[in-house]
Amino acid sequence: MAKPVKTYLWLLATNLFISAFTFGGGYVVVPMIRRFFVQKKKYFEEKELMDMAAVAQSTPGAIAINLSALAGYRVGGVPGAVISCLAALIPPLAVLGVISVFYTSFITNAVVAAVLKGMQAGVAAVIVDLIIDMCAMVLKQRSAFLTAMIPAAFIANFVFGINVAIILFVSCLLCVLKVFWHHALLMRKQAKR
Amino acid sequence: MAWQLFITFAQIGLMSIGGGYAIIPLIGEQVVHKAGWISQQVFTDIITISQMTPGPLAVNTSTFVGIQVAGLWGAVAATTGAVLGGVVIALLLYRFFEKHRQSTYVFEILNALKSASLGLIISAGAAIMLLAFLGTSSFEPHSLMTNMNWVALVSFVLLLFLLRKWKINPMLIMLISGVSGLIFYL
Repeated sequence: MAKPVKTYLWLLATNLFISAFTFGGGYVVVPMIRRFFVQKKKYFEEKELMDMAAVAQSTPGAIAINLSALAGYRVGGVPGAVISCLAALIPPLAVLGVISVFYTSFITNAVVAAVLKGMQAGVAAVIVDLIIDMCAMVLKQRSAFLTAMIPAAFIANFVFGINVAIILFVSCLLCVLKVFWHHALLMRKQAKR
Repeated sequence: MAWQLFITFAQIGLMSIGGGYAIIPLIGEQVVHKAGWISQQVFTDIITISQMTPGPLAVNTSTFVGIQVAGLWGAVAATTGAVLGGVVIALLLYRFFEKHRQSTYVFEILNALKSASLGLIISAGAAIMLLAFLGTSSFEPHSLMTNMNWVALVSFVLLLFLLRKWKINPMLIMLISGVSGLIFYL
């Protein structure tokens, strides 16, 4: 999958940019990727972004980096994934490299604290905006089972603090059992005939 | 030393599914107690810095510890270790899903992961809203009105409106909210 150099340069620049703005946890990367890869460049559809987000979330490591790698892979194959990953790693490396020299004065800096406190509202807005669109997509599938899984996973994690890995595993298990159950019912119907 | 950093953070990276703050104790166990690379105080500082700088927590922590222990190459080794395993597994899993999309089981599992992930994203969103509006990580209904940060609530509503109505760039939202932080909190 050889791509023009321009595509790789775009991946490099975009991921550098996205990574530099990823305050407040890896989830902010999802709406950023959506903005640049889906809405602007139309490299893939929103549905595919949801697949990628699910995979990035269900595999070990940092969600932001995994998602950058997947989007890069989708656009430019393995080289695209490598470039995207490196680009996503450079901003935190550079910032932390500089800050680690004088980090005590950074932590106590009032300007930094004020900017970050203000950004919390921005992060919340960006994530809620994404959540609204993603919920609409799941609802469109008209599956009571999949719809019910959203609040179930939320409550399990937010209220009961259950480990993310366990929640994802149980969701998969339930889904497999559901498919199994459907198959079994189908078989029995056919047998009756 | 760089190799040691790579191995330790590769283990941390592979054991952390779902990312975020759930992996803090895991990193602390390895870096502070087992390897003794940094003190508990410095570790707590790193967590604070991670929240204040862009990038994932695992990447920030590995970079910081790497620099403290073995300079720039230590940082590169630790960070590479932290992300490599996850990225490779994510790519393999994605390819697997792409190839076997016709299989009912694979299709349904991907659907399940999508719904459950969405629930987890909502959970992360709720945690951020608690932090932004109430300044805490736990929900206490009785002190809701007294602790409410009205500036944050109003700017959240305005920013969300901007996003829904005109689909403006999320980065612009971050810039606007950062500047409004300077105006209201400094």
